[in-house]
Parts: sequence; structure tokens; C-alpha cells
Amino acid sequence: MYQYDAFDQRLVEERAAQFRDQVVRRIDGRLTEDEFKPLRLQNGLYMQLHAYMLRIAIPYGLLSSTQMRALAEITREYDKGYAHWTTRQNLQLNWPRLEDVPKILEALAKVQMHAIQTSGNCIRNITSDPYAGVAADEVADPRPYCELLRQWSTFHPEFAFLPRKFKFAVTGGAEDRAAIAVHDIGIRVVRNDAGELGFSFLVGGGQGRTPLIAPVIREFVPELDLVSYAEAVLRTYNRLGRRDNKYKARIKILVKQEGPEAFARQVDEEHARIKDGPLKLTREDVDAFRRFFRPPIYEVLPDDEPALAGALLGKQRGFSRWFAQNVVEHRQPGYAIVNLSCKSKDLPPGDVTADQMDAVADLADRYSFGGVVVTHRQNLVFTDVRKRDLPALYAELLEHGFATPNFGKLTDIICCPGLDYCALANARSISVAAELTARFDELSQVYDVGDLHLNISGCINACGHHHVGHIGILGIDKNGVEHYQLMLGGSSGTDASLGRVLGRALTHDEVAPAVERVVLAYLSLRATDEEPFLETYRRLGPMPFKEAVYEPHHA
Amino acid sequence: MSLITRDPERGARLVEDDPWIELDTDAPLPAAGDVVVPMARLAGVGDVPGRLGVRVDGSTDPEALVAALPRLSLIVVELPKFTDGRAYSLARLLRDRHGYDGSLRAVGHVLRDQLFFLYRCGFDTFDLAAGKDVDDALKAFEDFSITYQPAEDHDQPIWRRRRA
Ligand code: SF4
Repeated sequence: MYQYDAFDQRLVEERAAQFRDQVVRRIDGRLTEDEFKPLRLQNGLYMQLHAYMLRIAIPYGLLSSTQMRALAEITREYDKGYAHWTTRQNLQLNWPRLEDVPKILEALAKVQMHAIQTSGNCIRNITSDPYAGVAADEVADPRPYCELLRQWSTFHPEFAFLPRKFKFAVTGGAEDRAAIAVHDIGIRVVRNDAGELGFSFLVGGGQGRTPLIAPVIREFVPELDLVSYAEAVLRTYNRLGRRDNKYKARIKILVKQEGPEAFARQVDEEHARIKDGPLKLTREDVDAFRRFFRPPIYEVLPDDEPALAGALLGKQRGFSRWFAQNVVEHRQPGYAIVNLSCKSKDLPPGDVTADQMDAVADLADRYSFGGVVVTHRQNLVFTDVRKRDLPALYAELLEHGFATPNFGKLTDIICCPGLDYCALANARSISVAAELTARFDELSQVYDVGDLHLNISGCINACGHHHVGHIGILGIDKNGVEHYQLMLGGSSGTDASLGRVLGRALTHDEVAPAVERVVLAYLSLRATDEEPFLETYRRLGPMPFKEAVYEPHHA
Repeated sequence: MSLITRDPERGARLVEDDPWIELDTDAPLPAAGDVVVPMARLAGVGDVPGRLGVRVDGSTDPEALVAALPRLSLIVVELPKFTDGRAYSLARLLRDRHGYDGSLRAVGHVLRDQLFFLYRCGFDTFDLAAGKDVDDALKAFEDFSITYQPAEDHDQPIWRRRRA
């Protein structure tokens, strides 16, 4: 993974010192709250319902075991012993005190981490494919490009005060595991007909109040133009994006209003002027970044591991189920990708205790070259596990609460903090997730429900990605009472689509039974046992599901 | 109001006497001195006694200034709110694309914590918002000794400078 040099190290130390000074000036009144707010936001510090929340950046989700241990320590020392993985592959602390934040930043800086630009109207943490570097379908590893963009965007002097927040996602795989179509800029690594590497740029997607699938504005940006093209997009947006209405300020609105072609023309015009300037990459530049992401030194192993085959045939039904659900094919023979589920009955989705973090660090060291990836579905991944170690790893994951065999399934719920923490929430989301988990835990023992993404947001801001859940749940306010809209048919994959509202809003207690009726309807309607929910829905449309939910007696 | 300036040779300091005289749309030209006129008056202003400046805001299209650039020694950019980031792109376009090398002054809601970025985008003078501590502000330029991007203060990205 990327290693800081003296420059990077000094930058994060200077950042910690700068923020320490800003906090002093806020406390002694030299900074008003209005002046301080954008500054603390650019450092990931939000005011929530009961306390501050601090969001720590995890660039493209990648952590070393050392970093994971430091996060555990910080969570223990400055918070209540648990933290939360976010859908931007970051970590959130829910209870830090303002005066402790500079100390937290210093502790982070010691392990090459920070909270820079995890919030505010600037370029946010860049997300990527959790299987980057090991995915079998990869055109090229996206992480060197993510790191290049991270450095370019860190304290970019021109783009610190954009009209609105700005999110990048980069994927290198044929299958989109980074939801690039619902980002301000989604970048796909591609090869052109001549075999050269480059990028397809999608601009103007997003969720929130106006969900939109991003159009491709340029099919092929040459590899060495990556940064200059990004700069051209950002400059165009910074100049022309709306600033009079925060609900119309995202780049998606600009792209929609101008039209993708007209917008692309303006970007191209700007790009033509700067592309051969200092932002033009050289082969040497790119290679320097690539070197940080070289694969680990794998052992030469047989792909069909007898120990594994034995365990699968054995009496351990739990292991076989976990293997089938949570373990993914690796491109290196004898190795596997292991998804650690952070969705269990014991904690809200994506929550993790400090002790669990320590356990993960330890397991990463022993089983996966000391690395771990945080995913946008709020789980963790060990990317390089020997197949022969899987039974032993399974036993340890079970002990630490990471072995729920639900990866990509119904109870692998994406969920925002909702009304329990968030000042903007209309409704609770954690309690809905808990009820659904309880209800579906048994159902999914009985049926193989297949891939089904269930996403919950506590308000229109869509932190829980409800628009792109196969089943999405959105908390709304109806005359002062929390209600929920049910949406079906969303997807954040390669075939990205936005869910559609099924019918009238439901009360809190109606949600779980309604979702259960949707799932039972699907089970009876699917063409084969293998047809996933999304296909059934796309084939039949909303009507049968609508009937099942709203007129269950007729169905 | 306190006017601060910074240049690479002499660093950051307070400007004691500002030579520039601000004129509104129809104030008569003075007999002597350097004048700043509003954008609306720029095209019509004839010979001036001293140097010429113009006052614009972040929404100004830099193309509209191009014809006048050779005459201009000062461009004053008004920041209505410190969170309005258009001034930064305007400054870079004036410097980078149009080669403007006169003075660029930020006025309006100019606060200490934006000075570092404004400077990097090509501003050299800063009219600090009323009531703000000048000594604090003068320190702002030292917030960081490391910068990653090429901008108006240097033209190499970190990934090339670290190999140098
Ligand atoms: S979706 Fe709404 S309620 Fe949930 S975290 Fe985001 S802003 Fe808060």
C-alpha cells in the first residue's frame, strides 16, 4: 500500500497543528461559529444530535493492521469503545469532544492518517473497488490512480470552496463494485482499441434529493491526462455550478441543465489548454505510484486445496454456508478473498467495537499480509487469504462476530445512523435494520434468497444509498411522525438503476412486515431458484409487489 | 480594514499606505493618483492620471477582461462570502491562461484561514475583513510548508518534486 514519505508526513502534522490553532481561536472567540463551521467540516467534524462526530479518512478503504490498531486505540481512548464504517469507506467516531480532536489528529498522523476533506464542500475521500488489486476481472489496479487523485485533491487551493461536496469513485473491474454511476465523478479504467490504458469519465451522478445516473462525458481520457482532466472538470464546475440554492448546487444539476454534451465541450475546451501543462503525467510518475501497490509475494499453491475440500465435505454446515456466501474467487491459485460481515444481530450495521478492530488487525497480520479493506457496503475484506487457512480463519471470525454468512444478502443491510445520531434525520434507521435482521435471519436459513441488497437512509440525503438498494427504505416525515417509503429496483452495479417508490409511506412498525411480503412474493415469483430479486423485479415490474405489500389478502 | 500583502522575496506584511483610489460608477477622475473603477466603467474609461485598476467579483467571466488586461495594474476581486470559491478559479484563469502579472487583490469577506489558498491561486494582496486580527492573519501563510499541486506559487506537482 501507499507509504508516506517525509513530505506527506509533514503535511498531516502541519494539518494537526493548524486545526489545533483553529480550535483555540474558536474557543477564545477569534473565530465565530459561522467562520469555524466550514473549517471543521473540511476536517470531518460535524455537529450531530448529541455531540460532535468525527469522520476519519480511509483512502479507497485500505488499512494496514498498524492503522487498524491505532483506530482501535483512538476509539477506546476518545470515544465510547465503538465506531462506525461509512458508505464512503471511512470511519466515524460518534462521541469525540472538540478539545480532544487535535489530539486525535496527532494520533492519526503517527500512522499516516488524517481527517482531511471528509466533509465540507470540497473533494471528499476517493472510493474504489474493495477487491482492487485482486479482482479477476480487473483491467488495471485502480489504486495508484486513486492515490494520485488523493494527492492532487488534498488541500487543492482552488477547490476548497466548491458549490457543494464532491465525490469521486474509481473502478478497475469489468463489474462495477464502486457504484461509480452515482458519484459526482465516476472513473472506469479501460483499454482502447490500441490496447492503451485510459479512463472513461462519468460525471454528474448522485443520490440525495435528485438521484441521477451519471452520463459518460468522455469515453477515453488517456492515462497520462487523468489529473489534468479532473482539474478541467472541477474548474468548470467551480465556475459555473449554482451557489444560490444548496439543493441545486451539485455538479449533477449543472450537467443536467447544460446537457452532457455541452458540459463535456466546456470541459474539453479547458482541458485542451492545460493538458500539456504541469499536470500532465509522465510514465515515471505513474510507475512511481504503481510500485506502492505491487501484489504481495504469494506462495505457489495448488488451487484445489485438500484441507478446504475436506472441511467443505465435513459436518461443519456453518463453514460451508459461510464459504459459499462470504468467500470470493481470487486470481492467484490457492488464495481467496474473504468478506468479513459487519452485519450481525449484535450491533447496528457497520458498527465495530475497539476490541473487534484489534482482533481484525491481528487476523490481518496472520492471514492476509497485514492488510484490510473497508467496503462501501460497510463490511471489511481480507484480500489475500490462503485457501488452506480458511477453516481456521472462519473459526476465529466466528468468535469475533465477523462470520455472519450474509455477504451481499438480505441481512447485509447498508444503513445510515438515522435519528439515533443524525441531526438531519426524519426517522430511525438502525431500529428498522434491527427488526429486518431479526425477521430475516430465520427466513434466510430456510430459503436461499440469493443476492439482495437492502439499503436504508434516515432522510433524503441518502447516506444509506436507498436509491440503489434492490430494496430501498427512506425515512420521511409525515406531519411530524416518522414514516418510510419503500423503493424497489435500484442497483449500484454495472447495470446501475434507481429504485422506484412502491406506494404509500409506511409507519415504523409496518416496514419489516412489508419487506417480508416483498421477499416472499419474490420467492414465489422467481422463474428459477437462481433468478435474483433484481431480475424478477425487472421482468415483472412493481405490480405484483405492490399487491403483496398493500393488498396482501388478494395476493 | 487592514491590507496585507505577500511576495516571495519579502514575505507577508502589512501595507501601510495604499495608493489606490476607489471610484464608483460616476465619480470624476482625480487629477493625480492610481484609480480603481468598477467593471461597468472599464470599457468607457479613457486616459487616467496614474495606474488603472478594476473591481470585479467571482462571477466575472475572465474573457470580459482580456482586452483591458494590458492596461491593468490591479484587479480587485470581491468575495461576497468566504465560502464562495469562484474567485479562486477566476484568479487562476487570469494568471495561467491570460498571463496577467499585475496585482490581484481579494476584498470582502476575506478571513485568515483562506489566505494560504488565495495566495496559491495568485492573489498577492488581501483586504482583511473588519475586526480581524492582523497578526493572526500574517501567520496564515506559514500554515503549510508542503503543497501537492502545481498552482501559481510553483509549477510542479508533489510527485515530481519528491523525486527532485
Ligand atoms: S441519510 Fe439523512 S439521516 Fe441518514 S445519516 Fe445521512 S443525513 Fe443523516
